[in-house]
Amino acid sequence: MENIVLEVKDLRTSFFIDKKELPAVAGVSFKIAAGETLGIVGESGSGKSVTAFSIMGLIDSPPGKIMGGSILYKGENLLEKTEKEMRKIRGNKISMIFQEPMTSLNPVYTIGKQLAESLILHQNMTKKEAEKKAIEMLKLVKLPSPEKRIKEYPFQFSGGMRQRVMIAMALSCDPDILIADEPTTALDVTIQSQIMELIRDLNRKTGTAILFITHDLGVIAELVQNVIVMYNGKIVEYASVKDIFKTPYHPYTIGLLNSMPKIAGPREELKFIRGMAPLPGEIVKGCRFKTRCDYVTEECRMEEPPLYEVGDSLVRCWRFKK
Amino acid sequence: MQENILEIKDLKIHFPIKGKIIPRVVGNVKAVDGISFSIKQGETLGLVGESGCGKSTTSRGILRLIEPKAGQVIFEGKDVIKSSKKELKEIRKKMQLVFQDPFASLNPKMRVGDMLEEVLYVHRIGNPKERKKIAENYFEMVGLNKKYMTRFPHEFSGGQRQRIVFARAIALNPKLVICDEPVSALDVSIQAQIINLMEELKNRLGLTYIFIAHDLSVVKHVSDRIAVMYLGKIVEIADTEELFANPRHPYTKALFSAIPVCDPENKVKKITLEGDMPSPLDPPKGCRFHTRCYKAKDICKEKAPQEIDLGGGHLVSCHFVKND
Repeated sequence: MENIVLEVKDLRTSFFIDKKELPAVAGVSFKIAAGETLGIVGESGSGKSVTAFSIMGLIDSPPGKIMGGSILYKGENLLEKTEKEMRKIRGNKISMIFQEPMTSLNPVYTIGKQLAESLILHQNMTKKEAEKKAIEMLKLVKLPSPEKRIKEYPFQFSGGMRQRVMIAMALSCDPDILIADEPTTALDVTIQSQIMELIRDLNRKTGTAILFITHDLGVIAELVQNVIVMYNGKIVEYASVKDIFKTPYHPYTIGLLNSMPKIAGPREELKFIRGMAPLPGEIVKGCRFKTRCDYVTEECRMEEPPLYEVGDSLVRCWRFKK
Repeated sequence: MQENILEIKDLKIHFPIKGKIIPRVVGNVKAVDGISFSIKQGETLGLVGESGCGKSTTSRGILRLIEPKAGQVIFEGKDVIKSSKKELKEIRKKMQLVFQDPFASLNPKMRVGDMLEEVLYVHRIGNPKERKKIAENYFEMVGLNKKYMTRFPHEFSGGQRQRIVFARAIALNPKLVICDEPVSALDVSIQAQIINLMEELKNRLGLTYIFIAHDLSVVKHVSDRIAVMYLGKIVEIADTEELFANPRHPYTKALFSAIPVCDPENKVKKITLEGDMPSPLDPPKGCRFHTRCYKAKDICKEKAPQEIDLGGGHLVSCHFVKND
């Protein structure tokens, strides 16, 4: 048996706005093994970021609330932890990097101080030790002349360098899991390529499991081993990266792949998925994708399909009923 | 041979930096530093490059939303830069701009129908009744139902808002539409819808596009010709197929290899550039790319490369590209 570090079981997270429940995540289950890289793709509003925030225990309540399910980190349910216990895990055992490196760093403290903070807090290091470790971490993420740069402030760094600092900070306590929420979306392609190479490299070196959230299928193809495709709060397809691109099964996954302009091959009209994504909670009966699907049948309209096993993939579609 | 609708010659746009205490010019941000290109009637020219390379500034300079420092912008035989205010208004009618963020470019307090009519009113087209008719016509042309014209922007999704922005841009029957990252704020499935809409409008109305984007796969899909910008200069320009089949400038090559490919089994060896783009306040001497170039030699630090014509409209600025 593989060494499972994180297991999410039937996670349901809702937001309450104007007394109405919006189920942003409506029953999501997956596992991450040590050293695994798992990607979650989906469009805005599919619930991918809410899943990540739920794992971190960062859902603001109110308006958000985790309605059910469990998040097991090495067998312990994180949802039953007190805030004090969570603090020992967050940033230490499970850490996270965000899309916007500009807003996730404190503009009034030096980079060194911010890096040292989590080390002093979680690892009981002295100031001096923490500073040494901070320099070491910056070297690991290949930031030039780290001895000088730890005395500088975030505004003196470019976007790509800030993201490197964020990664250094997230990895400084040697976490078991790193959650990366669209870490390259705000960056230019050449910088994105640098950061992706860095993440790949660090995954190999440190053995940290990575949960990588993105909307970019290209990034997924280059970085992860397994992929979850989310739509309207649920997993619609769960497969290895090879299978997702070679044999996508769910009509949504196929639609998503077709709507991307291809860099290779001749130019043809783009196929697109008609209509737009429904709001969370908008679809109460039947398959979530029924309003945009080309293969919709009576069964789809009446009842939501379970996840079917197709080859090595899991697909939420009635077409694969045995 | 089709006629050039727009010709840009040695366009320079600088932003002066003023001293903090004594307000005198202490330096210039050379956002666009001498670029030349032309666009034929009915063509789509893609402009790619990373943030800060000057692609958006170029688009604003063409419309004189930012006053260029030097150069010529010749639109239908007339120099935009030398035009009077009145002439400029006429020119702007024929050149429209579509921005990246459809949330920010629509007035949240106005009904979308009124916004469309306002454009016509500003340019004194028709009477109120006719204007309503024209607005309805364009609203439907972009694939929206005219009964939604009394709604406010917040009632539409991102993709629909971008459709409204396009309706407004084409309402004056322009010749040239400059699209500044029109699909970057949208989800992939919606992005495809807007790209197809753009193609459809182009064929129907005979539009010419300048398409600015950082997403190379999108640019490749829509453009006939692509210009690659780096730090205020065009480093390479060629027909789309030629550029992708045969990129010559090291920066173009690196840019192409940085695109994530949707093929997990076929991983290509990447050219990873070191570091970041230098500041346009103090661009490096010689070739501007030499600080990050993997081919750089001494000559690159001293001498700026000349533009070399490789034939077939393929122009490249690099010391190591031999024309043979």
